Amino acid sequence: MPTMTYLQAISDAMRQEMRHDERVFVMGEDIGVFGGAFKVTDGFIEEFGPDRVMDTPLAESGIIGTAVGAAVVGLRPICEMQFADFISCGFDQLVNVAGKMYYRQGLPVNITVRLPSGGGFSGGPYHSQNPEAWFMHAPGMKVVAPSTAEDAKGLLVSAVRDRNPVVFLEHKHLYRRVKGEVPDGLYETPFTARVAREGTDLTVFAYGAMVHTAMEATEDLDGASVEVVDLRSLVPLDEEAILASVRKTSKALIVDEANETCAAGAQVAALIADRGFEDLDGPVRRVATPDIPIPFSPPLEQAVLPSVDRVKEAARELLEY
Amino acid sequence: MATKTAGPEGEHAPGGVASEHLTLDDRVALLKYMLLMRGIEERAMNLYRQGKVPGSFYDGYGQEAVSVGSAFAMAAEDRLCVLHRDLGAHLVRGVTPARILGQYMGRDGGVTGGRDGNIHFGDFRVGCVGMVSMLPDMMLVATGLAMAFKMRREARCAITWFGDGSTSRGDFHEAMNWAGLQRLPVIFVLENNQYAYSTPLDQQFAVDPVERAQGYGFPGVRVDGNDPEAMFEATREARERAIAGGGPTLLEAMTMRMHGHAAHDDMKYVPKEQVEEWRQKDPIDRQEARVRDLGADVDALREEVTAAIDAGTQEALAMAMPDPATATDRVFYDGEEDLVLGDGAAPWSGFAVGARDRGA
Repeated sequence: MPTMTYLQAISDAMRQEMRHDERVFVMGEDIGVFGGAFKVTDGFIEEFGPDRVMDTPLAESGIIGTAVGAAVVGLRPICEMQFADFISCGFDQLVNVAGKMYYRQGLPVNITVRLPSGGGFSGGPYHSQNPEAWFMHAPGMKVVAPSTAEDAKGLLVSAVRDRNPVVFLEHKHLYRRVKGEVPDGLYETPFTARVAREGTDLTVFAYGAMVHTAMEATEDLDGASVEVVDLRSLVPLDEEAILASVRKTSKALIVDEANETCAAGAQVAALIADRGFEDLDGPVRRVATPDIPIPFSPPLEQAVLPSVDRVKEAARELLEY
Repeated sequence: MATKTAGPEGEHAPGGVASEHLTLDDRVALLKYMLLMRGIEERAMNLYRQGKVPGSFYDGYGQEAVSVGSAFAMAAEDRLCVLHRDLGAHLVRGVTPARILGQYMGRDGGVTGGRDGNIHFGDFRVGCVGMVSMLPDMMLVATGLAMAFKMRREARCAITWFGDGSTSRGDFHEAMNWAGLQRLPVIFVLENNQYAYSTPLDQQFAVDPVERAQGYGFPGVRVDGNDPEAMFEATREARERAIAGGGPTLLEAMTMRMHGHAAHDDMKYVPKEQVEEWRQKDPIDRQEARVRDLGADVDALREEVTAAIDAGTQEALAMAMPDPATATDRVFYDGEEDLVLGDGAAPWSGFAVGARDRGA
């Protein structure tokens, strides 16, 4: 199996799926000749031509809205938001048009929206956001967020083939930092959780970049056996996998890079409180980014994003409870 | 590229030939669809007053020519994004009165099965995408339909309708710019009915939007929106140009919203003289006089339409309400079948001639 970066795995998924299925095409700002702000579609225009690697005007609502139109006559667009933050400009088309179409009219909207998300590199308030909870709250969209190269490829293939709108959160800070073995060829990764590390004393629930933070923080935690569950999919949320892990460890720590209030982790906490209460041997704890815009300057940014140390501290407290 | 005006605005021209491409049967059909639209909406208003239509009720009284005339110019394989004063487009594509009235009453057999209300529907099997309340979102969806046609090198056209208020939002700009830039086969029908809810035109824009079209690189054409034949002809020309690779067209249909924004709106903000002036230009009166002069049996047509609406009403009233146990169903599609927009009815004789010429 070849080793790829997280970014290469995303490119590989799209390239192979475009070779496999002529209905699939990519559209976004600066993705053609330039190859995308992060070079995810580098070389695509040479292979697939400008129709299937479409440089669009700077118009996020236009990207989502026209993708909806193309999808309902049989194409399978993959939309790239240059940064996840800009999805706010396409929010209406995604939430009101794409998300509700099947429920209202029985007409599925087979679009994938790629959102380069997350902070950690001085992107500032408009290039660091984690907007996944907006779309968890709006019905009709699936929301996935891979943490590994292998899952990035498999989840993206699944997203493109899924008949519904899928919001695909790819964490920018993982693009070149995370590498792994990635199977050749096309494969689909299910929208379910994955146990990243087995353990018996405590479970840390995380997704995206926070899976790596959780792994590092609990790798050697005074000899404790810590399970890490990578949620991978936020909608659908793998409730059974979450509850099964709580049954096993009786202690739950939930880590979000997103702003704390109503984040994905809040939903996980509510689920455990509701259906896992009898299995708990301590409070459900959370580590997340406070409800502030993501600051630019490194000391400020590092002060608010969940760090290895903060996760360690919360895990220790919970283990001692 | 210049803005032009097709036909004298509001001129009462019985028997006048607005399009040489229409047979007498076509012209009677235009009247039939307009009568159906008005009759169904009047019936629905009665049902609303009887408490059988939940929510509010929105109609297109006086604007029937806009959707009927323009939808009549669209081919079976074309696709439509339809707005809330445009019931006529659904009728031209073949949606039955029963399913429409069932829709208004929130019945299981209505077009959305009770999942959305009033005219928020589109039967995708006949090529229609239903609207959302955020206007003019569907301009971008229609642009995307046309983008797909162009990518696949298909000789097909998309059309969408929207109002004067819609021209103030960003999606109007994004769609016009995108379609102009990529020279897409899409027709934008701006239904200028003088009011966006209570807001008159002079509080909506400084420059009439038809003038903006040339700024996006394609023609804007002002059309008498109360003449179905003028609407047909302008749309037919726009479609022909689109199919030939000539790009989009903005049609500004000049008309008047003769009722309130919805059933609850008494429209006191509209001067009575304005309503009276437009009543003289009623599109049904004009088309009826026109085909009557040409020898059509309009009385028989009216009876036929009334009978169809009566039968549709009975059918709709017999439809069950949706089962509450199904309320959370159908959020995600997990079936195998490709569900995409299908072909609809295209009653214009020109398509039948075309089909014969192609040996179909």
